[in-house]
Amino acid sequence: MSEILESTEIGRPMVRQDGPAKVRGLAPYAYEQPVQDPLHLHPVQSTIALGCIVSIDTSAAEALPGVVAVLTHENAPRLANTDDAELAVLQGHEVGFRGQFIGAVLAESPEVARQAAAAVVVDYEAEEHDADFRADHPQLTEPNAATADTFDGDVDTALRAAAHTVEATYTTPAEHNNPMEPHTTIALWDERGLTLYDSTQGPHPVRQTIAPVFGLQPDQVHVIAPHIGGGFGSKGLPHANVVLTALAAQRSGGRPVKLALTRQQMFTVAGYRTPTIQQVRLGADDDGRLSAVAMDAVEQTSKIKEFTEESGQPARMMYATPNRQVTQRLARLDIPVPSWMRAPGKCPGMFGPEVAMDEIAEACALDPIELRVRNEPESDPETGKPYSSRRLLDCLAEGAKRFGWDRRNARPGQRVQGRWRVGLGVAASTYPFLRQFSEAKVSYSADGTYAVHIGAADLGTGAWTALTQIAADALGVSAHRIRLEIGDTALPVASVAGGSSGTASWGAAIIAAADEFLAKFGVEPDPGAEVQTAAPRDSAQKEYAMHSFGAQFAEVCVNVDTGEVRVPRMLGVFSAGRIINAGTARSQFIGGMSMGIGMALHEQSVMDARFGSFVNHDFAEYHVPANADIADVDAVWLDEVDPLAGPLGARGIGEIGIVGAAAAVANATYNATGIRVRDLPLTPDKFL
Amino acid sequence: MIPFDYQRADDADSAVATVTGHPQAQFLGGGTNLVDHMKLGVADPELLVDISRLPLDEVTELDDGGLRIGATVRNSDLAAHPLIRRRYPVLAEALLAGASGQLRNMATTGGNLLQRTRCVYFQDVTMACNKREPGSGCAALEGYTRYHAILGASDGCVAVHPSDMAVAMAALDATVVVLGAAGERRIPLAEFHRLPGSEPQRDTVLEHGELITAVDLPASTPRRQAYRKVRDRASYAFALVSVAAVVKVDAAEGEPCITDARIALGGVAHKPWRASRAEETLSGAAPSVESFRRAAEAELEQADPLGDNGFKIPMVRNTMVAVLADLTGVEPEAVA
Amino acid sequence: MDQNITLYVDGNRRPVTVDTRTTLLDALRDRLDVTSPKKGCDHGQCGACTVLLNGRRVTSCLVLAVAYDGADVTTAAGLGSDDELHPVQQAFLDRDGFQCGYCTPGQICSAVGMMEEAERGSPSHVSANLNDPVELTDEEIRERMSGNLCRCGAYVNIVAAIRQAADPEAEQIRQARAERQRNEPVLREDDAPTSYQVSVSGEEGR
Repeated sequence: MSEILESTEIGRPMVRQDGPAKVRGLAPYAYEQPVQDPLHLHPVQSTIALGCIVSIDTSAAEALPGVVAVLTHENAPRLANTDDAELAVLQGHEVGFRGQFIGAVLAESPEVARQAAAAVVVDYEAEEHDADFRADHPQLTEPNAATADTFDGDVDTALRAAAHTVEATYTTPAEHNNPMEPHTTIALWDERGLTLYDSTQGPHPVRQTIAPVFGLQPDQVHVIAPHIGGGFGSKGLPHANVVLTALAAQRSGGRPVKLALTRQQMFTVAGYRTPTIQQVRLGADDDGRLSAVAMDAVEQTSKIKEFTEESGQPARMMYATPNRQVTQRLARLDIPVPSWMRAPGKCPGMFGPEVAMDEIAEACALDPIELRVRNEPESDPETGKPYSSRRLLDCLAEGAKRFGWDRRNARPGQRVQGRWRVGLGVAASTYPFLRQFSEAKVSYSADGTYAVHIGAADLGTGAWTALTQIAADALGVSAHRIRLEIGDTALPVASVAGGSSGTASWGAAIIAAADEFLAKFGVEPDPGAEVQTAAPRDSAQKEYAMHSFGAQFAEVCVNVDTGEVRVPRMLGVFSAGRIINAGTARSQFIGGMSMGIGMALHEQSVMDARFGSFVNHDFAEYHVPANADIADVDAVWLDEVDPLAGPLGARGIGEIGIVGAAAAVANATYNATGIRVRDLPLTPDKFL
Repeated sequence: MIPFDYQRADDADSAVATVTGHPQAQFLGGGTNLVDHMKLGVADPELLVDISRLPLDEVTELDDGGLRIGATVRNSDLAAHPLIRRRYPVLAEALLAGASGQLRNMATTGGNLLQRTRCVYFQDVTMACNKREPGSGCAALEGYTRYHAILGASDGCVAVHPSDMAVAMAALDATVVVLGAAGERRIPLAEFHRLPGSEPQRDTVLEHGELITAVDLPASTPRRQAYRKVRDRASYAFALVSVAAVVKVDAAEGEPCITDARIALGGVAHKPWRASRAEETLSGAAPSVESFRRAAEAELEQADPLGDNGFKIPMVRNTMVAVLADLTGVEPEAVA
Repeated sequence: MDQNITLYVDGNRRPVTVDTRTTLLDALRDRLDVTSPKKGCDHGQCGACTVLLNGRRVTSCLVLAVAYDGADVTTAAGLGSDDELHPVQQAFLDRDGFQCGYCTPGQICSAVGMMEEAERGSPSHVSANLNDPVELTDEEIRERMSGNLCRCGAYVNIVAAIRQAADPEAEQIRQARAERQRNEPVLREDDAPTSYQVSVSGEEGR
């Protein structure tokens, strides 16, 4: 157990350090970095899902004034390493999914680059592709890299003997992260190597991934990303656009090359959440104690690169039961490569089970909160480890009180206001604790300030601010004496802003560096005093099951005539360890919940299997919530410090807000209407 | 996008002459749909004639008591115009249900009428689409059809018209005033947009070079008017279905009876769909949930849903009943 | 096809050569290095590029620059100065009305334009009566701001920020009350028996 840092600045709702620049639009995102005389890149994308390129005619494109080069697999520079098929851009004539990059135009202006890209003529030899995701796909396979199946006890026997059972199929559609800032890269080669201004959640991970692709040493790749316009996982690892830009910059005569994906391109090359088909079976006795929990999930991945959405995870650890079965299978298809999206696995994986819990509560004639009380495990059902902290029931109790849960009528379809049916719903939420390797550097300046350096990234999480607060407390000074620098591989190694692990990982490194600095130089250091170190590894995760928990409460209205669903009120109560910044933390929680409302009501990427294409590939057709969709959404948190979660005592908050949100809304629509919808999103047609 | 020439029109006649004389020329109004389509490669004009500064930006009263809306009046200004708000609230409501504040500040009356479908296959130049490329086929027919037509479609095109404004104008019996090389002609709004038939590339009856200069609204329009739009998102989304209704109820003989009902539907067809069968059913009927439902069902008998949009039939029926009940003060069906 | 035009950007005269295809957004970002308006979708579907064009809020990605020779363009960078933020900007800071900040300049320009529209009495989709003066209720703000998507989900705070800018005193009282409710004692681990029927105790406030 680490010693917990005393807090002075920590916990305050300090205003965002990057805020004054951002409200004026002056904080530079990747595209806006000042570079000399850039060229503009526009990709050419395949229009078949599987097959190969027979010929590619670039003459018309090359003839256009302003075109500098047209890259194809025939003339593109060779990459040093093509093991990752997603990143092996323009290295061969094969096509593995529709929309794959098969060429790119470098031009003096973005208008010319785009026009020329459209003028490239491609002849294909198409093969019959398979983009049809279904539970009875003939070639479902086990994932190569994912948690193995869980078989504990005998689910089938237990279900046969159970007083109450729920056996149903729940589905979540493909969803796209859709950060507001498109994936953007500026690439520049010079004698030192490759410089990338990149819209990324992890400058250092981009360096680690990209360097071997180009046969470079990591220190030959310089990644700069001070401000990122959202990512939600899709900027967690570099996608093909980064490689394409760096590749094209080898043909630019030393000029920087800019590529910002179009919104449409983001639907094919920047990752997305796989659809899931979840077969959930629950058995319970008359008292509502679960005798069996089974979750058999099917997801899709791309044949060119495996990605497993671990949607089985929550079913493994949420509730106590003697008989558990969790399996995950993949349909390998000729489709774009799925990737991380906010709370991968946990987010979709809490939809089916948490709706099923609502169903079995009704079957047992129990309040859904009481049902969860009766199935609270003593220790982690999967590993047997004790929890460092498990306060799900406190979250439920606190939320019930604040939300007015006692006003819920257990019988569905009873509350009507005008032409709207009104209902309340609840679901649990969880997200695991994760800490990753990071280093930080602390140095003292003659002006009395401390420079704190770490190659972390702020994609809207508030890292600029939270890390400043942590550094201030770690050094025992007020925040205005901290000069934080992040977002650059010239700074010490930091982990990706992902897995809700950033603050805990980076904060621990800053605290370690501060501790060492104070030990070495005391509180009156000489200017120039400097320490760089990594956070010590933490053994708690080996001994304890470490997860955050939460309770999501939703009130919904469903229109009697039209089936429209509105969410006038939503409350999340979270147990996430110590909160570093009360303002930005609340923003992250309610932001996750708001995205959860989108997942509940709107979001679905529609795959037209005939073409292998997501056809609703823009913001007019792929609906994320608009302002009018989000009403009274609020979040509170339990006042706590997790003494096992590193020196900060904080478990991470970036993702838990979305987990369980859609189930809470779905359960509320059932309470409102008596119609049980098990397929997201909850569009109006499903309530007619 | 291919390069193009840009000209600002000096007057309507010369604008019409210029575009008429150049087969690849188009008028530019607010640009909200045309620029969008040029980026996608759906439209590739060689010449844009900017008519947005022509003096067609007034709403004026006509001698017969009607109203003339200039073609370049912006959607936001039209919705906020006092005469529109007071006399034609269905039109204000429809305009305000469309797009966003920013887009309404840009979009013009004429341009709104000429909006093209949002069919995802139409907007993707790598897909087959008879509307974009006659004879290439229709990828939508067996594809993603949640937003597509249930009325009046053809084997060649199942797209819907996306405008809200035009639906209200259809219910208001508006007239489109058009200037062509041969002079002015007036087209009833209900006949302005076409059904796809075998020529889905033609959205309207306009000939190349004809310019919308105004939309006229008739006088003596019943004041019971409403526009109801049902969409997947609470705002800033195209309609799944919409209903514009203009109704007159008389109680001269004691029992109230509907003497005038004009109903138009959005989101269901290649054009704003004037629900004439429903109107016939309602004519002379006593306002009641039952008569409203009969009217809706009479209209929807001809509906022919596709794979994903069968829900539009009950959605239109329920919405129409709800709108009519609300307008006529009839107690809606009790919620069971 | 290049043409020379002049824009007046945030009060500065900015002559610029544009391709006829260049949108106002790209003219600003690519040719004038005015990067305050952002490109989120390039099709008028997100609002990140919102600027005030001759005083009205528009999505600059759908405006051809060549059609606006001589126009006044106000971006979020021009609304405030280094010394003093515009009240709407200050409210976004105070209420944490953003996370990643990418949609923010568009949100702020849109809010400024929207408040002026409301002041003029322009109704919205949710106005109960088309002819009444506009009161900027939460519902009105949400509807009128729906042309600006925020994927971080900062809408709750955006609405609060606009309330503050519209009526600072009322919002101050409201926030104080909300803060108090939010800080009602939450369960402290020591006090909380792990049972659903628990009554809540703990320190007053935090």
